[in-house]
Amino acid sequence: MRLFEGLARLDRRWIFAVTGLLVLIPLLWPLNLPLSSSPPVRAYHAAIAAVPDGSHVLVSCDFDPAAKPELEPMARSTLRQLLAKRCKVVVVVLYQGGARLVGQIVREVAAERHAVYGTDIVDLGYKAGNEAVMVLMGQSLPNTFPRDQDGLDVRTLPIMRGVRNYSSFPLLVSLSTGYPGTKEYVQQVQGRFHIPIVAGVTAVTAPTMYPYLQTGQLRGLLGGMAGAAEYERLLDERGPASRGMDAQSLAHVFVALCIVLGNLAQWGRRRGDGA
Amino acid sequence: MSLHPSQDLSVWLAAALTLCIFSFLYKDNPFYRFAENLFVGVSAGYYLVLNFWTVLVANLWDPLVTSLDGRHGSPLAARLGDYRAFLVLPALLGVLLFSRFVPRLNWLARWPLAVIIGVYAGLKTTGFAQGDFVAQVQGSIQPLWTGNWGTSLSACIFTVGLLVTLLFFYFSREHKGALGVASKAGMYFLMISFGAGYGYTVMSRISLLIGRFQFLLHDWLGLR
Repeated sequence: MRLFEGLARLDRRWIFAVTGLLVLIPLLWPLNLPLSSSPPVRAYHAAIAAVPDGSHVLVSCDFDPAAKPELEPMARSTLRQLLAKRCKVVVVVLYQGGARLVGQIVREVAAERHAVYGTDIVDLGYKAGNEAVMVLMGQSLPNTFPRDQDGLDVRTLPIMRGVRNYSSFPLLVSLSTGYPGTKEYVQQVQGRFHIPIVAGVTAVTAPTMYPYLQTGQLRGLLGGMAGAAEYERLLDERGPASRGMDAQSLAHVFVALCIVLGNLAQWGRRRGDGA
Repeated sequence: MSLHPSQDLSVWLAAALTLCIFSFLYKDNPFYRFAENLFVGVSAGYYLVLNFWTVLVANLWDPLVTSLDGRHGSPLAARLGDYRAFLVLPALLGVLLFSRFVPRLNWLARWPLAVIIGVYAGLKTTGFAQGDFVAQVQGSIQPLWTGNWGTSLSACIFTVGLLVTLLFFYFSREHKGALGVASKAGMYFLMISFGAGYGYTVMSRISLLIGRFQFLLHDWLGLR
């Protein structure tokens, strides 16, 4: 009974300290815990692999630095897989505050894969308007984004030759953290223009995406850092998401343990009150 | 493992502010309050400037100037889709929003609000009907026997879960008897979904912590 009382009175700073250590230690000394890929992640990978080599793919990167640990690894791995297939990657941003981060990712991955900007990959930057922009892209992408991130006229870029609207893309990749994001693409674009969509989302929003996955409105799904790590594993990469998964696993075990102990403490206290 | 601290002042500043925010986990202190207030102020300023350059200048000022300078033919039919003089109309509607500050003219603000609400209500309604309502109802109608025991069991659990969860939200009759049992089962299905949501939320928050630690260890301290 004294143990339960001690648990109930435990200073929460001990929980913060242990969580911090459980995250820090595996980052310094990796445990290399096993990691297998789940069906939604395999479906995401397969949907991109099924895109004909050399075709145009639209990637909507709707996230800002707050979602960087989860969505940046997904964005980098996705761009790498697409460029390895010699796909023409058209990147757009509908989330305010994300354009600079996305621009940096595009530049770094393009340099790493020796992709030529304007021919193999283009960053059309941010456009305000949320769902209205999604619908406008269905009418004309060059009219919606007349200039790229650097102010270049998109009609002069070789990659944009033949690009009209969603019908020019066999696949749309939506990497999103909130509004506007994957949910709005499903509502406004998938239902109306019937373009196949795969998505990578933050873990907080992942549970709301599973119904779309079950109905086939999404062809594949990466949920949070775990989804990003599983995807990296499928591509034989050892990126930041994979490196963070040991810490993620230990922290989750600790949170589960805290929930069990918290319930035991509450049970003990109630029993004590009853006695 | 060796240390290679960053030579970049901005990285040091970011690391110091991260540590200031982390200090709140011990207790509230002036370092935390300084970082918090700085963040609020910088965010407000940053998004104000960002809105100016990415919304007003990019979507209104530049297209208007380009369409009216006469170098692209008629202002209403220029070469690029955004170079159109009719953007004067949304500009005017935008200005009318500020009429709220003048009590005698504040009724004018209703016009742009009517346009905004009308457009978004239309977009949201059709989007929800197409993307959520019809497609989700369609997806909920599944064959209970698929020829495979595993998927059939999954379809049965799904159907039972769907029905009892819907019954949980039926409030026109007291939850007693068969309805009480079904709604209780619905509550358990809901609790399982809340648990899954909680687990994902924990993952998201731990990911943020991992991201910050990776920044401190690799970008700032340069641990290799």
